[in-house]
Amino acid sequence: MSDALLAITLVWGFIFLYAIMASMDFGAGFWAMTYIKKEETNATKIANSYLSPTWEVTNTFVVGLVIAIYSLFPGAVFTIGVALIVPASLILVLLCIRSAFLVFSHSVEKYEKALTYISGLTGLIIPGLLISVLPITHLGFVEGMRGNEELNLFKLFTSPNEYAFMGFGILSTLFLSSLLLSDYSKQADEMKAYKIYRRDAMITGPLMLVMAMMVMITLKSEANWLYEGMMKNSALLLVSLVFFIISGVALYLPYFSKREVKGMPRIAVIAIIIQYLVGSYVYGIAHLPYIIYPNVTILSGFTDPTSFRAVFATYIVGFAILVPGFYYFWSIFMKDQRRKFKRRQMTN
Amino acid sequence: MDHIQMARAMFGTNMAVHIIFATIGVGLPMMMLAAELMYQRTKDLQYVVMAKRWTKTLGVLLGVGIPTGTIAGVQLSLLWPGFMEVIGRVMALPFQIEIYAFMIEALFMSIYVYAAEKIKPWARVVSLFFVAFGAMASAVLISNVHAFEGTPAGFRFENGEIVDVDPWAAFFNPSFLVTAGHTALTAYTTGAFVVAAVAAYKMLRNKFGTTEFNFHQKALKLSIVLGLVFSFLTALNGHATTQHLYREQPEKLAAAEGLFETKDHAGLTLFGYTDREAQEVKYGIEFPWVLSFLSGNSFDTVVTGLNDFPEEYWPPLYVHILFNAMVIIGSGLIALALFALVWNKWLKKDTYPRWVLWLFVAAGPLSVISIECGWIFACTGRQPWTIYRMLSTADSVTSYENLGFLFTMFILVYIILCVSVVFTLLYYFKRHSVMDDIYIAEQKDERLFDSNS
Repeated sequence: MSDALLAITLVWGFIFLYAIMASMDFGAGFWAMTYIKKEETNATKIANSYLSPTWEVTNTFVVGLVIAIYSLFPGAVFTIGVALIVPASLILVLLCIRSAFLVFSHSVEKYEKALTYISGLTGLIIPGLLISVLPITHLGFVEGMRGNEELNLFKLFTSPNEYAFMGFGILSTLFLSSLLLSDYSKQADEMKAYKIYRRDAMITGPLMLVMAMMVMITLKSEANWLYEGMMKNSALLLVSLVFFIISGVALYLPYFSKREVKGMPRIAVIAIIIQYLVGSYVYGIAHLPYIIYPNVTILSGFTDPTSFRAVFATYIVGFAILVPGFYYFWSIFMKDQRRKFKRRQMTN
Repeated sequence: MDHIQMARAMFGTNMAVHIIFATIGVGLPMMMLAAELMYQRTKDLQYVVMAKRWTKTLGVLLGVGIPTGTIAGVQLSLLWPGFMEVIGRVMALPFQIEIYAFMIEALFMSIYVYAAEKIKPWARVVSLFFVAFGAMASAVLISNVHAFEGTPAGFRFENGEIVDVDPWAAFFNPSFLVTAGHTALTAYTTGAFVVAAVAAYKMLRNKFGTTEFNFHQKALKLSIVLGLVFSFLTALNGHATTQHLYREQPEKLAAAEGLFETKDHAGLTLFGYTDREAQEVKYGIEFPWVLSFLSGNSFDTVVTGLNDFPEEYWPPLYVHILFNAMVIIGSGLIALALFALVWNKWLKKDTYPRWVLWLFVAAGPLSVISIECGWIFACTGRQPWTIYRMLSTADSVTSYENLGFLFTMFILVYIILCVSVVFTLLYYFKRHSVMDDIYIAEQKDERLFDSNS
């Protein structure tokens, strides 16, 4: 594998990780808002307790991702920077307000309601904007010569593909997060919340699949090169569909314990993550060699080989130190949350 | 405003907001660590309460610090893609490592906050040490990029292409240590004086001898000692920084001092403003020969004036005022802390006069103003370059020109954040008084810390 390919794989890995983490984060915000009036179900509480510890890491991950792109593909920075200035600025503003109020609401009780609405609404808008980055990179709307490029916003917002992606992004966020929250509430023995989130997953899942089909149909007419590329791996696309079906089955399956509750959300979560992994791999491999079609390729954007080696070494060292640390903390935290929930239930 | 100025204003506004929270975010963990160590020495529970309240404050401040930092990190590539292209190729390491430093800080902060009662006091000190270390390391690494902009190393341009890249040579560029050291030391100084300001204000509001008064006096004493140490070290480091400027960015030094003619026995001018037409500093107080001595340790040192550089290379001349403000405030802080220490230790007074307390109240905001002046001086003083003599600001900026709308949007967000962070702090601490916290600390079975991340 060439260095550039290795580097873009790393970037893809980061984007995938971020997409999963952020979907859960943003989706949880939306669900917390949706169920704010249904206090007896604890659905909002579950979503909020999930939200609070993750934002710092998710926020830092945004920066980490941006840094990964410009340190591995500096030649792409100018075009990417110009193309994304409007959508990325909007994302930043919304993200900033969201994170800040998340923190403030821990100290000021009366912010809690405002936070729920802020994080709920931004939980829908931000994923829609984030996913727009993909059509921007493949639709070829970044026009002009190097140094004077500009994103044609009119073309972008009249493109059906852009809207198909937005719908896909938003529904994926809702689907992934409701799945995760159903698993999470089952772990915490919150059966009312579990039932709600399981139902939500059952609704958003098929809708997400419909949007994925829309994405493919619009791709065929608007970015045929990408569509053709993806179809070369149609077998893998089928595999991803199979994992979607597995997760559906896992949700409907009767639960083997004595409880009255159906479904095995844990299996569904894992199957869906695999589905996305496979799907995004097919998209990514078809997208190569372009970073931004047709302006920048991974080779034209790639960094200096000496820099690459140094940067790559820091990744290895950094991850070797951090991954065990975070795993340890995460396990403490999850246990702590569950304990808290149980304690709260007992006092109720 | 043309679009370069707009982009500079936009990024500058972000930095101006971020730097307040980033600086205190480095300074406060050091104070928390000091308080925990004081507890180890004295076994006085009030120090634990102090650390707890500062932790809470830090938690709230991070609510602005992290999002504005996220904006800074992303906006760099959005507004300055030409600059980040070079940075990505040559100077990516500090950004990379900074992410890890930040993660270490966040990780140990969570351990400190979540597990404070479950772990042993020494483990608490260890986790705080890593919090402080992570915060300081982030600041040092990011300042290193700034150092590189002033004294680039590890690459050269050949026919517009970047060649001979050596990322570690870029990392250890000539002014790395002085610049990064300056950031760290001034952050500690600011942390100490911001704490001192709050403590002094609370002492003025409480009766002498009450528990609350004593609590705040302990905080004030602690911050006076640390403030003195770090402001003094800042002065020493500032001297070294000036000598670096003299050698590596002489036009920046000349602009800072308003020096037009190259000469030996050059004087140092305090106050006043630089008059471009008259080629001198008006209404200033000149200390003859001092500048030469400060620049090269001898009065014979020849200091290059602005006239020896083409005028398009001149930094804006108002940097003289910024440089002065920074130096004067810094010196004032040393004097104030020294006076208070002598008053307390050698004159054995059991408290401070009210006017000294009021000076401390002023010292907190002033130290932040000094930080702002220093950063604006450091960055505008490098104009017209983003990378000194290598890459101009005009070549760095985005080609997107309609920045006005985005700028307005960001300003609104910063206003909302700054207002609500003040409101949040006031609201929280009004409802959680020192007395409550001390009471809770004494009832050992209650949880002293609760989640605030």
